[in-house]
Amino acid sequence: MQSVNQYFLNIYIAIKSVLIGMSITFRHLFTKSVTVQYPRERLPIPGTSRNLLLNKIEDCIGCDQCVRVCPVNCITMDTIKVFPEDDLGLASDGSKKRLWLPRFDIDMAKCCYCGLCTYPCPTECLIMTDEYEYATYERNDLVFKFTDLDPIQIAELKEKDHIRSMEKEKKKLETAKQAAAKPGKNGGKSGEGT
Amino acid sequence: MIQAEYYNIFVKIIDQLAVLDFLPPVWKFILASVIAALVFFHVIAIFALVAIWVERKVAGHIQDRLGPMETGWHGVLQTLADAIKLLIKEDIIAGGIDRRLFVLAPVIVFMTALAVFVVFPVGENFIVSDLNIGILYIVAISTLVVPGIIMAGWSSNNKWSLFGAMRSAAQIVSYEVPVGLAIVCAVMAAGSLSMQTIVESQAGGFWNWFIFSKFPFGFIAFFIYFVASLAEINRTPFDLPEAESEIVAGYMTEYSGMRWSFFFLAEYGNMLAVGAIATTLFLGGWQTPISLLSFIPGPVWFTAKTMFLVFVHIWLRWTLPRLRVDQLMYMCWKVLTPFAFVSIFGIGLWMTF
Amino acid sequence: MPEIKTDDVYIELGKHPKAGFATDDMILQMGPQHPSTHGVLRIECVTDGEIIKKATCHIGYLHRCFEKHAENVMWQGVIPFTDRMDYLASMGQNFSYVITVEKLMGIEVPERAEYMRVITAELQRIASHLMAYGTYGMDIGAFTPFLWAFREREYVLDLFEKLCGARLLYNYMWIGGVSHDVYDGFAEECMSFLDTFERVVFEEFNPILTYNKIFIERTANVGILSPELAIDYGITGPCLRGSGVDWDLRRDDPYSIYDRFDFEVITGKGEMGTVGDCWDRFMVRVLEMIESVKIIRQALQQMPEGPIMNEKIKKVIRVPAGRVYGRTEAPRGELGYYLISDGKGRGPNRLKARSPCFSNLSVLEEISRGCMLADLIAIIGSLDIVLGCVDR
Ligand code: SF4
Ligand code: SF4
Repeated sequence: MQSVNQYFLNIYIAIKSVLIGMSITFRHLFTKSVTVQYPRERLPIPGTSRNLLLNKIEDCIGCDQCVRVCPVNCITMDTIKVFPEDDLGLASDGSKKRLWLPRFDIDMAKCCYCGLCTYPCPTECLIMTDEYEYATYERNDLVFKFTDLDPIQIAELKEKDHIRSMEKEKKKLETAKQAAAKPGKNGGKSGEGT
Repeated sequence: MIQAEYYNIFVKIIDQLAVLDFLPPVWKFILASVIAALVFFHVIAIFALVAIWVERKVAGHIQDRLGPMETGWHGVLQTLADAIKLLIKEDIIAGGIDRRLFVLAPVIVFMTALAVFVVFPVGENFIVSDLNIGILYIVAISTLVVPGIIMAGWSSNNKWSLFGAMRSAAQIVSYEVPVGLAIVCAVMAAGSLSMQTIVESQAGGFWNWFIFSKFPFGFIAFFIYFVASLAEINRTPFDLPEAESEIVAGYMTEYSGMRWSFFFLAEYGNMLAVGAIATTLFLGGWQTPISLLSFIPGPVWFTAKTMFLVFVHIWLRWTLPRLRVDQLMYMCWKVLTPFAFVSIFGIGLWMTF
Repeated sequence: MPEIKTDDVYIELGKHPKAGFATDDMILQMGPQHPSTHGVLRIECVTDGEIIKKATCHIGYLHRCFEKHAENVMWQGVIPFTDRMDYLASMGQNFSYVITVEKLMGIEVPERAEYMRVITAELQRIASHLMAYGTYGMDIGAFTPFLWAFREREYVLDLFEKLCGARLLYNYMWIGGVSHDVYDGFAEECMSFLDTFERVVFEEFNPILTYNKIFIERTANVGILSPELAIDYGITGPCLRGSGVDWDLRRDDPYSIYDRFDFEVITGKGEMGTVGDCWDRFMVRVLEMIESVKIIRQALQQMPEGPIMNEKIKKVIRVPAGRVYGRTEAPRGELGYYLISDGKGRGPNRLKARSPCFSNLSVLEEISRGCMLADLIAIIGSLDIVLGCVDR
């Protein structure tokens, strides 16, 4: 008897739960959808959102903080020390710019949007914008280059830097030679060695 | 052979066309059959186009989405676009499969879905072929889908396909029993196997439909037919043969493009078919619910009722989870079949007294 | 693992051994591309028709060398990597890591930051359990609850996006505090979400899936995980509580400020079948969402004003030498980090993560023996694994 009751109870419960489910889904037929038709409608992007990185290069002092903190090494930066005759001016926070930046690349294909690089930046020039549609056909196009120097300038700077380093080397050699010469006799050899 | 006792609307039309008088009657009959087949192919295709769109819209709105919105007004042309995509897709036949069976399987499945449509009384004078054993014909033909499915599953040389095919075959064969018994109820009440006669015996208002007139037995029989037919056409909650979370896509796993779309068409064709059968047997076919509304032609009523049942199919699909194989069999043999016997018995008593 | 014979399964199922045709076992490769292995898990099933005789998990398809990576980045640089471990519950992962580092450094976190951490971690628990709810429904074949759960989850993600700028991988909890203070109106938005959410759980989620007869039939008495077995395998989280073991780190080993809140630890009671079946595990998650709602409400009311970052934290974090193990109750169970620092390096010398999903998945072979193919799916779903967390 018990099991017979159970049998009918089961059927009853099954039909009831199906009807409950159907009534709920039927109600939903007439509720408002939550879909956003994306390319045409867009949700507002909150100010904190983390998307494409932007470096306001005029403000960047090349301090290397962002490069060091990035967990996936997607920022590549080259620096050249300023020459005595150059004046790069001040960054917006008043600190003096002492470095040319011939290269500041961010590989957005590697970036994981963690935002860690934006916090230590002393001049707050590296920021995350709300731009999120930058798909490209080429993976190389995802490497964003931020330097404001044109290639000729860069070449010149590099040349100049090279000359400077050569001169430095030479000077070093000379000072070393002189230093070696002072004690006299067999100092010349050690100078060449350095 | 040709001057049949049954009524064939296409033969009749062809007969009346004077232009075709030069044809011998056999040719006329063949011509009529070809036309009928083409018409129903298009009926299924167009119905599928509409039903898929409706299904996606209903699914979308039930789930608080919008469904297709881009192609045409609220995405009405979406299925057409999908169909074109499917047609021009590369025909992939994987290595190691039994080519002949693989190619033949969708054809068989679709053919059975198509063949059922011959005996539906869409309107008072609108039936392709009023067979005197119409309903028996349906039961016989619709079972033919099993070989097709097993062929698809076996030839795919894929274990998931085989699983799907086996599940499907077991399911369809066992659910034939409650379906058959539920149909017997209606046949007993009407006293005829002919679809047209069954409809005619339900004339005169909705209280004469078998679902209401033999209450509660008619209702039980209708309910059993409805549930069992869901299982027979592999719709949720009985969609085990193509349960995508368990066996990927069942017997359709290896199919793509055209061939896959034939399975898909067959699925929607079957949906239409079982809706139409339920309408004919229990909901009075093309009869008007109340005589006040008799100015609306029969085919409209028939279509409306069928579409309503199709809508319920869709609605159920997006509400319920899926049963397990053993529970499916439990339901078939221990719930539906006994109740079907009860309702046969009840209707038998009703008809005697 | 003792080999299981066909005959045993037949006897278990009440059939006569060696009846009928001679049959052979079929080896079925489920995954790594399978709709319901929740990622790239491969399960090698030895099946006899629909019956699973043995299901062996093969993991590692999502291995990303997280632990090795962590040795080469700065202390704060590990946090984005922890995000990616269990990408459905990133806040919980952050939480565990920062707590461990803070333990090693011996620093305090400002009150307000503690509250923010608890609020976000509990919101994340809701989001994660919603995901579990939805995907479980889909595994069982109901598609609609899946999208409804996603709809609700989306509200949580919106809150997170406004709070810290990311929807999925937050990097929100930092060593010594949190990265962003709440924005204006966060408390109100959060409260209104919680109110509707509670209603939605009871009025929609439960009737359409949890108490649906078909769903109950599919999950009750399936994949029974006894408490002893669960403890033996080191199962934690909702799966352990589903087996009726009353153990929750938030209450039993309180970290952060969890001792200030009043909440219940939900355990499985075997309402629909046996204690420890899939339905119990599922139900524990559903009810835990409601408990999280309670915690968030209390936290929002008690939240004090103040700083959100410990001032002593420098840009370059120095951690004294030592080794430490810190653990939290992540949405999927006990998540622990074992850290070794030599006091000189910029980052950890060695990091070992004890991920809950890995231990939870290990029991699959044991509890899926002799079940049907469809049950295997139900069991995997009820364990609620994230392959990112399993493989790391
Ligand atoms: S957002 Fe993170 S990953 Fe991207 S550049 Fe900055 S530190 Fe590197
Ligand atoms: S931290 Fe800021 S200033 Fe320093 S190098 Fe990076 S972008 Fe430039």
